[in-house]
Amino acid sequence: MAKRIEDTELTRRDLLAGAVGAVGGAMLAGLPATLGGQQGAAAPSGAPARPTVPADATKLQGGATTPLGARSAFEAPSRAPYGETTGSSLTPLQDLAGNITPSDLHFERHHAGIPALDPERHTLTIHGLVDRPLSFSLDDLKRFPQVVRPYFIECSGNGRGAFRDPKPDLTAQKVAGMLSTSEWTGVPLATLFREAGVKPKAKWFLAEGGDACLMTRSVPIEKAWDDAIIVWAQNGEALRPAQGYPMRLLLPGWEGNINVKWLRRIELGTQPWMTRWETSKYTDPLPNGTARQFTFELDAKSIITSPSHPDTIGERGWHAVNGIAWSGRGRVTRVEVSVDGGRSWANAELLGESSPKSTVRFQYMWDWKGGEAVLLSRATDEAGFTQPTRTALIAERGLGTDYHFNQVVGWKVERSGKVLFHGET
Amino acid sequence: MRMTRVRRVLLGAMLGGSLAAAGCDGGATAGASGTGGERAATAGAASGAATGATPVRFADYDGGAVPGGPGAGRHYGIGIRATAAAITKMDRDIGPDGAELPAGTGSVAEGGALYKAQCAMCHGVNGEGMAPAFPRLSGRDPAAEGFKFASDPKLPHTIGNYWSHATTLFDYIRRAMPHVAPGSLTDDQVYALTAYLLAKDDVIAKDATLDAAALRAVKMPYADRFVPDDRRPNAPK
Ligand code: HEC
Repeated sequence: MAKRIEDTELTRRDLLAGAVGAVGGAMLAGLPATLGGQQGAAAPSGAPARPTVPADATKLQGGATTPLGARSAFEAPSRAPYGETTGSSLTPLQDLAGNITPSDLHFERHHAGIPALDPERHTLTIHGLVDRPLSFSLDDLKRFPQVVRPYFIECSGNGRGAFRDPKPDLTAQKVAGMLSTSEWTGVPLATLFREAGVKPKAKWFLAEGGDACLMTRSVPIEKAWDDAIIVWAQNGEALRPAQGYPMRLLLPGWEGNINVKWLRRIELGTQPWMTRWETSKYTDPLPNGTARQFTFELDAKSIITSPSHPDTIGERGWHAVNGIAWSGRGRVTRVEVSVDGGRSWANAELLGESSPKSTVRFQYMWDWKGGEAVLLSRATDEAGFTQPTRTALIAERGLGTDYHFNQVVGWKVERSGKVLFHGET
Repeated sequence: MRMTRVRRVLLGAMLGGSLAAAGCDGGATAGASGTGGERAATAGAASGAATGATPVRFADYDGGAVPGGPGAGRHYGIGIRATAAAITKMDRDIGPDGAELPAGTGSVAEGGALYKAQCAMCHGVNGEGMAPAFPRLSGRDPAAEGFKFASDPKLPHTIGNYWSHATTLFDYIRRAMPHVAPGSLTDDQVYALTAYLLAKDDVIAKDATLDAAALRAVKMPYADRFVPDDRRPNAPK
């Protein structure tokens, strides 16, 4: 919903600049620059930031073939990193239009930097309460029957800022960008557990990563028998280093941190280990002076990504309001949209089949008459959870609670068409 | 498939494992112990998964029921046996009952000196931390006592006013700190730093010395405040 940009007449100089910038193929080396391809190139210095392209793309040959695909020079989605070895970088939800997050835009969160691991030296060892302690190389894992499934990963701290301090200048990326969805390929952990012969006494397992903090989380064994996967591929290719290359644990629908990356060891035992990441962190204080522990599932949640701040709606009339919804408890069964700040709600359309513990896109057609409006979305999942308002969530958990922020959020549209974050629901 | 013989030998050597154990110990004897006692694997369940219907639990369909597989109740024989020595080298975690705590000892005073030299530059001389990257470790704010954290996001969590187990502190320092050189501390040093940080937050005496038995006996002030997840449908809880 960005403002329409008028076509610009390009000068001959622009044209040359654009073409020259893209020449690179040896095959084209002997050709005049203007024939050398026409991918948009960064604007010459001093010129406006828009890439330059030929005035008429049908009148000269296009760009050469390339070993790696690159985005159009007109598109520059990027994560918003902050912090270094203990930092994170957020997915630009407002720039995405499907369920799958391109791998280079998947959010990152790590506690001791991204380790550089050689897949030929990395192994996964399963031991503890098993009949046969085993070590698997990456190649070993690939010999087992595989599963390919779409799941989201969300950090359970996603949206803390928007919950505690809902400022109007927040973007969809800042509000909910620690959420990404991939198609994952791997071997069910249940298969490996059968291979090692898990003893009936085992009730929990510890998953340990091979990064510089040896990240450890305890997991109830039932999750392995249900849907846990050791994945090595994401969106059809090897995992990205920031996503756990060469292998990570994937616990569908559960808080991001427990999907241990760079997985090197799984130990089976009788009780949780009470690691730092399940005591000092990832516990949820409540107003009654207690804190919930092992709050694994991520609750039903949604966000409208278009329009969103900093868009300006240029024209009155029909607009597709769309966004993304998800739940760690199964399928999203319904998404409702309100255009009047929550006084009335209407069902949005779900785009495609809702897949369990994955994201689903939704849309609602809105005829903007030019007045002030507040657009909100509200998801319900098959477990019967519906997103609460922020007021209700604060009443139940307190403003100081630390994780699982799934309150209803949206956008205020001003008469000028300006779109601002609306978090005080 | 790309695993060459040479690679497997190297891997075996790396893990201290013997080739004889490689991937084929004892054949098909998995039996019920690995299945969690759940419903039997059936071809129907497997094909349900294959056609994209509701995914069934992995316990139910891939226990040998995958087409062409070894058959229900059997296993694939892939992977190499991990030796006790290789496991001991990696397995350094300390559970809540402290059963795995190593030999060694360290005093609050020794911990104080170590803290000044190796920790204070990031966590502050008094454990006050440096926002946003370096967490506060100690310095209990009276306003936060009574586990009041939900009411005010600004109330600082510290080891003494929040952590549920002293063993966690030992385990975490040993595996992850100091941030610039994780894994570099001796067990004595970890005992000393654990003692220092616990004493700093009034959990143990200022002249205490910790070893495995003493650390096992430490009870954290708010250990009883942690409750299981009781979120329910259709309530914001
Ligand atoms: C180079 C800076 C640096 C140094 C030096 C350092 N730390 Fe840390 N420490 C960190 C960071 C960063 C974290 C948070 C890691 C994360 O986000 O997971 C941390 C976390 C911790 C925590 C967990 C805090 C919590 O609330 O969960 C403890 C305990 C700790 N450090 C103890 C120590 C001790 C003891 C030393 C000295 C041996 C030390 N640190 C040295 C940077 C440092």
